[in-house]
Amino acid sequence: MNLSSGKEYISTASSSAGWKAGDAAAAAAADQFPAGLRVLVVDDDPTCLMILEKMLRTCLYAVTKCSRAETALLMLRENKNGFDIVISDVHMPDMDGFKLLEHIGLEMDLPVIMMSADDGKHVVMKGVTHGACDYLIKPVRIEALKNIWQHVVRKRKNEWRDFEQSGSVEEGDRLLKQSDDADYSSSANEGNWKSSKRRKDDEDETDERDDTSTLKKPRVVWSVELHQQFVAAVNQLGIDKAVPKKILELMNVPGLTRENVASHLQKYRLYLRRLSGVSQHPSNLNSSFMSPQEAAFGPLSSLNGLDLQTLAATGQLPAQSLATLQAAGLGRSAGKPGIPMPFVDQRNIFSFENPKLRFGEGQQQHVNNNKQMNLLHGIPTTMEPKQLAGLHHTAQSMGNMNMQVASNGSQSSQNNPLLMQMAQPQARGQVTNDSSLGHATRLLSPMGQPILSNGVAANVSTKTGIQENVRAPSYNPVLQTSSMLNFPMNHASELPGNSFPLGTTPGIPSLTPKVAFQEDVNSDSKGSVGFMPSYDIFSDLNQHKPQNWELQNIGMTFDASQHSNNLQGNHNHSQPVLVQQGFSSGQVNGQNKSATVISKAMFSAGDSTGHANAQNGNQHLNSLLVDGTVRVKSETVADATPTNLYPDHFGQEDLMSALLKQQDAIAPAEHEFDFDGYSLGNIPE
Amino acid sequence: MESSHLRQQIAAMRQSFFDEEILDGQFCQLERLENRGNPNFVEEVLTMYFRDSTTLLQTVEQEIETDTIDLAKVDMMLHKFKGSSASIGANKVRNNITKTRQLLEEGNLEGAKLAFRELRMEHDNLRAKLEPYFQQLRQVGPVETATRPKGSDHA
Repeated sequence: MNLSSGKEYISTASSSAGWKAGDAAAAAAADQFPAGLRVLVVDDDPTCLMILEKMLRTCLYAVTKCSRAETALLMLRENKNGFDIVISDVHMPDMDGFKLLEHIGLEMDLPVIMMSADDGKHVVMKGVTHGACDYLIKPVRIEALKNIWQHVVRKRKNEWRDFEQSGSVEEGDRLLKQSDDADYSSSANEGNWKSSKRRKDDEDETDERDDTSTLKKPRVVWSVELHQQFVAAVNQLGIDKAVPKKILELMNVPGLTRENVASHLQKYRLYLRRLSGVSQHPSNLNSSFMSPQEAAFGPLSSLNGLDLQTLAATGQLPAQSLATLQAAGLGRSAGKPGIPMPFVDQRNIFSFENPKLRFGEGQQQHVNNNKQMNLLHGIPTTMEPKQLAGLHHTAQSMGNMNMQVASNGSQSSQNNPLLMQMAQPQARGQVTNDSSLGHATRLLSPMGQPILSNGVAANVSTKTGIQENVRAPSYNPVLQTSSMLNFPMNHASELPGNSFPLGTTPGIPSLTPKVAFQEDVNSDSKGSVGFMPSYDIFSDLNQHKPQNWELQNIGMTFDASQHSNNLQGNHNHSQPVLVQQGFSSGQVNGQNKSATVISKAMFSAGDSTGHANAQNGNQHLNSLLVDGTVRVKSETVADATPTNLYPDHFGQEDLMSALLKQQDAIAPAEHEFDFDGYSLGNIPE
Repeated sequence: MESSHLRQQIAAMRQSFFDEEILDGQFCQLERLENRGNPNFVEEVLTMYFRDSTTLLQTVEQEIETDTIDLAKVDMMLHKFKGSSASIGANKVRNNITKTRQLLEEGNLEGAKLAFRELRMEHDNLRAKLEPYFQQLRQVGPVETATRPKGSDHA
């Protein structure tokens, strides 16, 4: 697999060689993206609508215009996968633009750009807090619209990343790069790939990486268990009083640093804030989830509905906690419920099956269960082995589940029906590992492992196995929609003993390493089975990516906080893509992008200096920005939160990798870590 | 050629809009959107704009002349008007809207009414200037936007 993946890399690498020089030519010829981006524009003013439509058409996007928010929602609901991005005015007669934004975020989880003639800081800030991925000030210039595709890409990337919290950021980058590479054939991407791929190849070959990884900035992978521990600690302290130091002490996880906890806490807080912002009542959350289920993420949506209902029906999961979980699930990936929930739901179904598994394992974890359950962030409360919906997501949920299970294990199972359920999927996952699960397994691995204590480790293994299974199902849909899901394709090899999916799924580099199982649990079937298929899926997905905008369906949640995290990847990514665009914009793609990014960042930060300024700023930025790093910086600055998160990922990743090292699959893992490190390096923290 | 003479005239008119700052760079954005497939795009947009703006201005005028002004409603309408005006590049109109809104917000009703009248004037002035411009444009047929007005591309 390495060979094959290496080949891929090589081919891309060679093309990337000249990407800087002849990117325009190569890109234009290579990829149609973002042409054909399906945009839904909503504005009650016919003049603006007409202008926007024309501008978007000029950008070669597939435009649908709508003058009423209600109509727009209907259109979106009817055809959930029919659009890639939504642009909406803030002030509309029938519905407030922010409300529409919330709905879209909850139900479809599409990137939404807000626009208004109002450039007041408060309004822009409102857009940011409500989850808008950008805010444009009228009059909108066509240059601003030319780059909106970046939000689609970023969202997918982030979702991916969210899913596997435990995975390193780099994995996401890698995935993105891989997918980008496949999808966009962008030479710029290749450039990124090249470095990451090389790294992976190297890693596969030697164990040196392990050492190097350990020496590198420690990356913590927030596995499900780990996250559950975290949530338990936070609950214990009280969300208001939860400080990283105390959380760290409570968690008592070796290798975890205060910084890791701090950044994770930041994300968690955002997630909670988003939850409370978008859903006032658990019931609302439920209903919102239930209804859009079908539309939400294609395959997932149906599952979600089932899961929720199943869970609710069984009575194991109190409606409240279900709602919370769902909310949590939603929020997990930076506030976009779409993705986590679907996954969660699916898992629920499975979870009913083998509650026992979890308890055994759970004992060792000292996570407080009851609370945990409610706080489970979107992490799949229901694990559906069959769905590979989101490895990342699964990982997270698995972590939570595991944690909860662990705690529950010692307690009556009743306490955490959810946990039990989660355990079930996991167990099943192992058994059912198959190609589709391959991905899932990958996910599980990360969850199980890393930072659990010894006792946990044992549990982890079991869990991981289960988790993997569970994840696989959830991720499947995701994978299909987005190539990003593919786990590190580099490591096609199976992980011995560990259900560590790293080896198998080439597509998902980040996940694999994370999975490192501490224990040698063996998950024989788990590890290997799952991955292989994912690889195929991945490549398959890659193929489809260009035409298939479903990536975003995966439910990646674009989170402002994630923004900077992905900055690097995005920059790299978008740049090449820009190059490919056939837009006749005179601007240098890179510059344009950076300018746009920055301007967007500026907007996001709520610091609107007026559209004129922003636009001027763009131009200035264009000249000032030389490379992605700079841009990253600006964005990072604009977005304080993400910055922390990003490094945190890495820290966790390192930790995971350290754990992983013990596993056989370390090689692949290392690749990823290296990769991550690489990515990190580019991003100014 | 008469046509070229007319074009020169049109170009001069156009330039005057920018010089007088009744139009800004956004107008150029609209012009750029025109192409062979859509040669009268700008005129269409402007037509739509004036259709809505006339109605809106009438409504606002009625509203502010009443004793019990629905400030929220007026502000909402002005805000919307500002958006469309800005989108077509109606610079002075937009500025006047901002001023009117500002005064209304401050509670300076009389000042706001004055500003509104000024706004109305600017709006009518714009229409008066653009109508012949587009008429002449139609006469000469689609113009290749080879020339760009000096300093009109600034946003």
